[in-house]
Amino acid sequence: MKKYLAFFRLRFSMGLQYRTAALAGIITQFAWAIMEILMFRAFYQADASSFPMTFQAACSYVWMQQAFLALFMAWMMENEIFDSIVNGNIAYELCRPVNVYHMWFARSLANRFSKAVLRCLPILLAAAFIPAPYGLMLPESPGAFFLFLFTLFMGTGVTVAFCMLVYMISFFTLSPQGIRMVSVSVVEFLSGATIPLPFFPDQVRSILELLPFASMQNVPLRIYSGDLCGTAAWQAAGLQLFWLFALFSLGRIIDALAMKKITVQGG
Amino acid sequence: MRLYGKFFMMHLKSIMEYKTSFFLSCIGQFLVSFNVFLGMYFMFQRFNNVSGFTYEEVLLCFGITLMEFSLAESVARGFDTFDSMVKQGDFDRVLVRPRNEILQVLGSRIEFSRIGRILQAVVMFSYGFAVSSVRWTLGKVLTVLFMLMGGTIVFCGIFLLYASLCFFTIEGLEFVNIFTDGAREYGKYPVCIYGKRVLLFCTFVIPYGLIQYYPLLYLLDRGKPYYCLLPAAASLFFFPCLFFWKLGVRHYTSCGS
Repeated sequence: MKKYLAFFRLRFSMGLQYRTAALAGIITQFAWAIMEILMFRAFYQADASSFPMTFQAACSYVWMQQAFLALFMAWMMENEIFDSIVNGNIAYELCRPVNVYHMWFARSLANRFSKAVLRCLPILLAAAFIPAPYGLMLPESPGAFFLFLFTLFMGTGVTVAFCMLVYMISFFTLSPQGIRMVSVSVVEFLSGATIPLPFFPDQVRSILELLPFASMQNVPLRIYSGDLCGTAAWQAAGLQLFWLFALFSLGRIIDALAMKKITVQGG
Repeated sequence: MRLYGKFFMMHLKSIMEYKTSFFLSCIGQFLVSFNVFLGMYFMFQRFNNVSGFTYEEVLLCFGITLMEFSLAESVARGFDTFDSMVKQGDFDRVLVRPRNEILQVLGSRIEFSRIGRILQAVVMFSYGFAVSSVRWTLGKVLTVLFMLMGGTIVFCGIFLLYASLCFFTIEGLEFVNIFTDGAREYGKYPVCIYGKRVLLFCTFVIPYGLIQYYPLLYLLDRGKPYYCLLPAAASLFFFPCLFFWKLGVRHYTSCGS
């Protein structure tokens, strides 16, 4: 455990070094959030009664989504890992007395957290000062806020566990680009990054909510905006736990298989 | 032009060495923009119009914008990785060759997996046309052609602008994304839905409105007749971009080893 914590710390402080990149990211995400909110406003003005959440909740959802983008975006996979599989540097990693799966898991978590830490505060601060319907509102109760924090971590865990599956599969396919693109676009859509899950038709939504993808950003963001509360919120958190465990175990199984058959590429 | 053809064949041959991965990337590209369409479709399941535009009208707009973007992208995405070219000093090599720099940069990278997206654009474009209730006249057909041409030029201009910025910053600037990928993403709806200020910006600063919203109004019989000429005005946008590129080339000091 201690060595993985060390990996985590190392990556975390490494990630904190890229401040200019973070600044560019903040500007981008800010603009992105504004466009998104303007789009929702247009739909809200067209027909307020069909809007599945309050407008303010939708705005908070968008702000939180952009602020914590780094935690949940599936396309933020690590090129280094893919590269090491393709060009054979993986051999060095295998020599170390650590488990590759756990090490990469710790590393990915650290990368995402360090990115998010740098970016979230300015966005959240600015969003909090934007006047009422468009800005970021406070969560309903302290309880909801803590549940939000908890599910935020769990959601990140599920996202990373899913990315790990993609890394593990590319041990077998060797060329990661294809599987990566396909899985990323599936995740984007089913996790509510394209449009939030409440905007889907009800039957579709009731199925989507059970899938692991809904356990990524959907749960924490909706708990924060107050769209998901009471027992439903707790159930969703439980489901997150389940999926985290399931994806993690599946990843470990594929990891074990891959390690048995691995051929190191390159020379 | 012949040189570009050569670059084209070269990249085609190299990509064909990895066929499976290539086809999967194509599917991936296809899915990415298909997501956008599905998102739009589900939104319109719930709402029947947005700022007075119906699903069919928005679809037409989306098809055209996606087509403009994909055309520009298949030509000019070479600029997308231009920052690494500047960083590693590869641009020096370009400068010493007796050929046009832009052409060489474009030829340095041609991504065929964009075919997936172009295919998607063609599908959306045709679908948008099929369901739209536009009464077609010669003028309107010409307007669509104008939009495609103007749009491609505007997007190429933005890619060029992005690359020129790399001369000054060395690092690629992430926020330019808003104007390329963001424009594709949000260009699926007519720009007026984002409010007056965005519309003003898209009319006078970066002319997205001229290649999308105004001519669309003309197609739907809601705009003034001269709206159909605006895409031509939009293509003037390319000149400042070109000027900026020239400025960048002059400013360029080599880095890397």
